[in-house]
Amino acid sequence: MSNQNTNGNGGATPRSLIVKDVFKEYVPGTPVLKGISFEVTGRSTVAIIGPSGTGKSTLLRCINRLIEPTGGAIHVAGQDITQLSGKDLRHARHYIGMVFQEFNLVERLSVIENVLCGRLGFTPVWRAWLRKYPQTDIDRAFELIEKVGLGEFITARADSLSGGQRQRVGIARAVMQNPDILMADEPTSSLDPKTSVEIMELLNEFSAVHDIPLLINIHDVKLAQRFADRIIGMSDGRIVFDGTPDELQDSHLKEIYGGEDWML
Amino acid sequence: MTTTVAQRKRPFKPNWLARMGWLLVLVYAIYAISALDITWPRFVDGLGNGAKFVGELFPPNFERWKLLVENLLETVEIAVIASAFGILLSLPIGLLAARNLMPPWASWPARAIICVCRSFHPVIFAILFVKAVGFGPMAGILTLIFASIGFIGKLFAEAIEEISLKPVEACKAAGAPFLSVLIYAVMPQVLNRFIGFATYQFDANIRNSTMVGIVGAGGIGGTLFASFQRYDYDFLCAILLSIIGLIMISEFLAVRIKAVFND
Repeated sequence: MSNQNTNGNGGATPRSLIVKDVFKEYVPGTPVLKGISFEVTGRSTVAIIGPSGTGKSTLLRCINRLIEPTGGAIHVAGQDITQLSGKDLRHARHYIGMVFQEFNLVERLSVIENVLCGRLGFTPVWRAWLRKYPQTDIDRAFELIEKVGLGEFITARADSLSGGQRQRVGIARAVMQNPDILMADEPTSSLDPKTSVEIMELLNEFSAVHDIPLLINIHDVKLAQRFADRIIGMSDGRIVFDGTPDELQDSHLKEIYGGEDWML
Repeated sequence: MTTTVAQRKRPFKPNWLARMGWLLVLVYAIYAISALDITWPRFVDGLGNGAKFVGELFPPNFERWKLLVENLLETVEIAVIASAFGILLSLPIGLLAARNLMPPWASWPARAIICVCRSFHPVIFAILFVKAVGFGPMAGILTLIFASIGFIGKLFAEAIEEISLKPVEACKAAGAPFLSVLIYAVMPQVLNRFIGFATYQFDANIRNSTMVGIVGAGGIGGTLFASFQRYDYDFLCAILLSIIGLIMISEFLAVRIKAVFND
């Protein structure tokens, strides 16, 4: 895979994520994230598990500042994201690829237009409007679409695709950014079991090829154990487990999700 | 068994407030008819007058067709120019008024502009502009521009407020500048609705531009009003028929334009 189009610090800096004491409250007095700290360096798949409503999505969105953290520091590739604003923030976001639970594609645009959305951060507005992308971007988009197995759907509209195909477009779009870190927010929760495994494999493969950390919010513990190098368990806005899949015991799951009747 | 039935809750609550409301409306309508002295004999009388008037309309007189065509062309010109500028101005105003994308300090002034444009009927705008810029099509154009902003500016804003914000989130997450977010994540979602609103407004502008002439703001309305006052009913009929023809043509065009973008 050609990977020449690495603008800025895409290739040079260590691909690392440092989250330190991140704190978030939507309503003053009722924090959702209560001091989250962890570090990821180099190529590693980290699965964040935990019950719904425990702040997993909020945590991911704090990392690319789609949601403003109330306190703490977040360093991506050596840069403190929480201190940025305006153009600097946009450029920093460009190096954080994100895959969404409900794909978040533009339904009425073609597959390749959706994938090229990943380049919007570095494309002047007039070029984006007239679809005059640099040839290197277009070549790479074609390559990525082939790679995710949608070669025959390049000009198909996104709303004509199935769920699994849409998520592949979502992944191609995120990888198109040449990210320093790849994040996925419940990427498989609206997909069937087989497609889920394929999507997880695809995410892992991209993280390996580009040697970048992969951070996945996931509620399926089995999938997490199968594909992650490391599991972070969250409960009630705090990290209650941080270790390898082998270390994750039933007692931990009981602490993360509460109760034990569901574990059969 | 009987006890459980008695204890069962009623599934549909009677809404006594609504029932009283309907009753009040009925009572008021009956009172208003009597207060306005609307009686059956008057209605029958009116029917007779109407029949006489309709009889005088026919046959239509197309002798002054040159004047007719000239006036119709002016009417169409007013509508086209007003639609072009009205739609062009409505786009940014509608966008600014969309509360899901814009901060309150931008959306409130935009909504105020739309509200002012909506508060007056085109006839009132036409009277104001005839006073301001004098008789002629200029006043008509300005009138319809304001009417267009009031109508489709609001529809544009509502269409934008109804979009899915998920693609917007994705483009923001990729670091896209605001204008690129608009072009990629917002426009595809609203474009064909915008086309629909714009053709509808063009249709409405054609209709309204036949009317602004009545107060002297250009177009066929002036000639229509004059022939009416001169009891020139056969020419009046020719004008009315040609307006119907014009509206039908514009409706046909609107349907075709919408079909192109409808997918």
